[in-house]
Amino acid sequence: MEVTININGTPETHDVEPRLLLVHFIREKAGLRGTHWGCDTSNCGTCVVWLDGKPVKSCTVFAAMADGRSVRTVEGLEQGGKLDPVQEGFMECHGLQCGFCTPGMLMTSRALLDANPDPTETEIREAISGQLCRCTGYENIVRSVRWAAEKEASTEEVTA
Amino acid sequence: MTTVEERPHTGFGRTLRKEDVRLVRGKGNYVDDVRLPGMLHGALLRSPYAHAKINSIDTSAAEAHPKVLAVITGETLKGLGLAWMPTLSYDVQAVLATDKVRYQGQEVAFVIAEDHYSARDAVELIEVDYEPLPVVADAKKAMAADAPVIRDDKEGQTDNHIFDWESGDQAETDAVFANAEVVVAEDILYPRVHPAPLETCGSVADMDPVTGKLTLYTTSQAPHAHRTVYALVAGLPEHKIRVISPDIGGGFGNKVGIYPGYVMSIVGSIVTGKPVKWVEDRAEHLMSTAFARDYHMRGEIAATKDGKILGLRVKVLADHGAFNATAQPTKFPAGFFHVFTGSYDLQAAHCTVTGVYTNKAPGGVAYACSFRITEAVYLVERMVDVLAYELKADPAELRMKNLIQPEQFPYTTKTGWEYDSGDYPKALQLAMDMAGYDELRKEQAEKRERGELMGIGVAFFTEAVGAGPRKHMDILGLGMADGAELRIHPTGKAVLRISVKTQGQGHETTFAQIVGNELGLPTADIEVVHGDTDQTPFGLGTYGSRSTPVSGAATALVARKIRDKAKIVASAMLEVSPDDLEWEGNRWQVKGDPEQGKTIQEIALAAHSSLELPEGVEGHLDATTVYNPPNLTYPFGAYICVVDVDKGTGGVKVRRFIAVDDCGVRINPMIVEGQVHGGLADGVGMALMQVIAFDEEGNHLGASFMDYLLPTSLECPSWELGETTTPSPHHPIGAKGVGESATVGSPCAVVNAVLDAIKPYGVRHADMPLTPAAVWGALNGRPIRTDLAIP
Ligand code: FES
Ligand code: FES
Repeated sequence: MEVTININGTPETHDVEPRLLLVHFIREKAGLRGTHWGCDTSNCGTCVVWLDGKPVKSCTVFAAMADGRSVRTVEGLEQGGKLDPVQEGFMECHGLQCGFCTPGMLMTSRALLDANPDPTETEIREAISGQLCRCTGYENIVRSVRWAAEKEASTEEVTA
Repeated sequence: MTTVEERPHTGFGRTLRKEDVRLVRGKGNYVDDVRLPGMLHGALLRSPYAHAKINSIDTSAAEAHPKVLAVITGETLKGLGLAWMPTLSYDVQAVLATDKVRYQGQEVAFVIAEDHYSARDAVELIEVDYEPLPVVADAKKAMAADAPVIRDDKEGQTDNHIFDWESGDQAETDAVFANAEVVVAEDILYPRVHPAPLETCGSVADMDPVTGKLTLYTTSQAPHAHRTVYALVAGLPEHKIRVISPDIGGGFGNKVGIYPGYVMSIVGSIVTGKPVKWVEDRAEHLMSTAFARDYHMRGEIAATKDGKILGLRVKVLADHGAFNATAQPTKFPAGFFHVFTGSYDLQAAHCTVTGVYTNKAPGGVAYACSFRITEAVYLVERMVDVLAYELKADPAELRMKNLIQPEQFPYTTKTGWEYDSGDYPKALQLAMDMAGYDELRKEQAEKRERGELMGIGVAFFTEAVGAGPRKHMDILGLGMADGAELRIHPTGKAVLRISVKTQGQGHETTFAQIVGNELGLPTADIEVVHGDTDQTPFGLGTYGSRSTPVSGAATALVARKIRDKAKIVASAMLEVSPDDLEWEGNRWQVKGDPEQGKTIQEIALAAHSSLELPEGVEGHLDATTVYNPPNLTYPFGAYICVVDVDKGTGGVKVRRFIAVDDCGVRINPMIVEGQVHGGLADGVGMALMQVIAFDEEGNHLGASFMDYLLPTSLECPSWELGETTTPSPHHPIGAKGVGESATVGSPCAVVNAVLDAIKPYGVRHADMPLTPAAVWGALNGRPIRTDLAIP
């Protein structure tokens, strides 16, 4: 079947098997390999992307279900050559080590800050609790998200 | 002893990681991201049985699948002499089973298809006629007279015994025990766990049929060692094999060994003449790749009534699974377990370790354990708490009383280790101060009055890392030294090539910092190349926290070679004797006349110019070295964990975790802290959640992240870190390595805390993982024994 998904602003049309998972559509058909795969049971969250603006585990969605909808992946975070503050935050606060969980963590963090620009530590921990990181012990991920929140708050002040 | 204030090496510090520039953009290049023209996809059929004879395999339906190019079985491999491969412990392991399967999840057949989905479909079409055999799932039953012999493939093997090993002086230890006022014994299991890096294992093999050159992209922590083993297994000439380990999504020891899937991708590429990718799924990863621990230990501790520890005696039954595939120095079949005397000054110690085969997956040394030091530290730290329980002593005080004292270093243990440096009491005191130990005890007493359960767990650890001195340590005959090559380009930019391989530790950053520190070059001007055997010098790779102690030392020394050569070039440039020059920051300058000098960049250009150099001095500015460590390094630390236990549910909440680490000089404190954070999360996971259990039929009970529970952000507290700095006296920059410290030290702190909380219930010991069900059971009078399977 033919499926068209708008990924990071670019329509991707491919002939796919109905059972093809969205994560594989993104990686294999659209060739965007920033979105990772890490488990068989929808537990790890390294595959998190946005579907129509909401974070989803892309291993849990068939590509066909995303037909006609829009997806944002880690490659879509950087805008006009400028890193998103969450990307900067992860670099500044050592929020990643091997980097395998990072794309999913970044997408969830971005969604969190859009909904809640000033999250507490607990709110951040809750937001990422459906995702696993085997390297960081989560501490620096929490700090990275806080860093991004503060950076955004201070830039808003400047522009306001 | 040098302290942090007067540390001799400056120039290190917190810098952002070079790796992150690509990784936060989703531009990493992991094995599954590799795409080659014409690439095919492989998938493995695995055994549903833990022990069964293979009567026949029918691959016809799979072969008839329109998208399948080939189906390979053990019989096919037999013809090629490839059915078995050597393990890292001088055993053999089946690449694809021929005679019988020996654990659930063992590799039976390999399908190569045009795409991944089709390969998986075709795997389902293979029919195998198995004849189930009796199973040995319990190590304690492996040596029973009527136990089925698992390794009947090995000539002369008539039981499930692998090795007996001992360390320490038995007679001396027995004498100490015979005369001791107090002797306490405990059975302690360190259950089987799995490192579960977020990226599973995989490879892409590309055999060029014309040149005969094999390029293998693979999830390997040790690309050079892998290349040599492939040369030995497949009889391929070593110079025709290029192993590339691209970005790796976490390793933790799980990616040290060679798995049948890697070999099959190579065979697949040879058979089809096309590149073949194989990437396992999570269930395959958890069922078949290197597990860790599975040590059944009986510890005995001897002491005086007032708490002076005199001796330790340990008997271990080690479950190695169906093939002895542990990765450890050859002369140490039980790894470095004999470091079990820990951080204490004892009169005598002795241990025996017996390794046995069971119908479980092979592996054993994995999961950030520094070659079994995790088991050793867990044993001694649990025993000290067991002693404290019997003596009604405070566990922190009891430790303080028995720690090796700073003036005793270098300290030789009763089992032959020479600890290089340390100030243990200082680290423990710092941890206690940070925790507010006395206040916590007061709070605990008040809570106990009210019937609330709060626990404070203390653990102290000594690590032994940086394997190792060539004369004692090798793997499959390959000495554990590592090479480094450094080249300074004419414009003063540098490229460093190293044998070790990051899996998240940030080598591209820290190794550039080492060079930058030695030569005064900005780290931005230094490119670190690693993970490609065609581009880097030989070395044994990254595990056992050995990158900084071994390869980091090689890097510092190769940079010093460059500095020495730069001195000669500078002397020719300045027309003075080399003896009249002194090094200052990033330049050689004339003693007493600092105006006269040349920077390393100026020297680099001159070294490539027509400048006349003294007789015998070659041009250019590059150097190579091989570092053979004189000893291991010994990082250490003091950990304190505070937990609250819910009486109603048995649930444990880790409220605080204080970790004081001493890993010598810290190259990049940000990265060191990150390494510690990750290890602490591992400790919480192992203590409370993680276990790879089996039922009596050898069925794997933890083959998904729904069954094998890993800690999330909600189980982890906000870590509180402290540091002391005792440089290693024999390491060129005084660094000791830290990758595994926290994984080694933290599980026992958590367990000790939980047991401290439930002490009023008369529980002296309990095996991990301390799940809510297990703790609730203990509160209700049931002993906690993880033992074979789910209790
Ligand atoms: S791949 Fe693990 S949750 Fe999607
Ligand atoms: S950084 Fe490795 S899994 Fe999160």
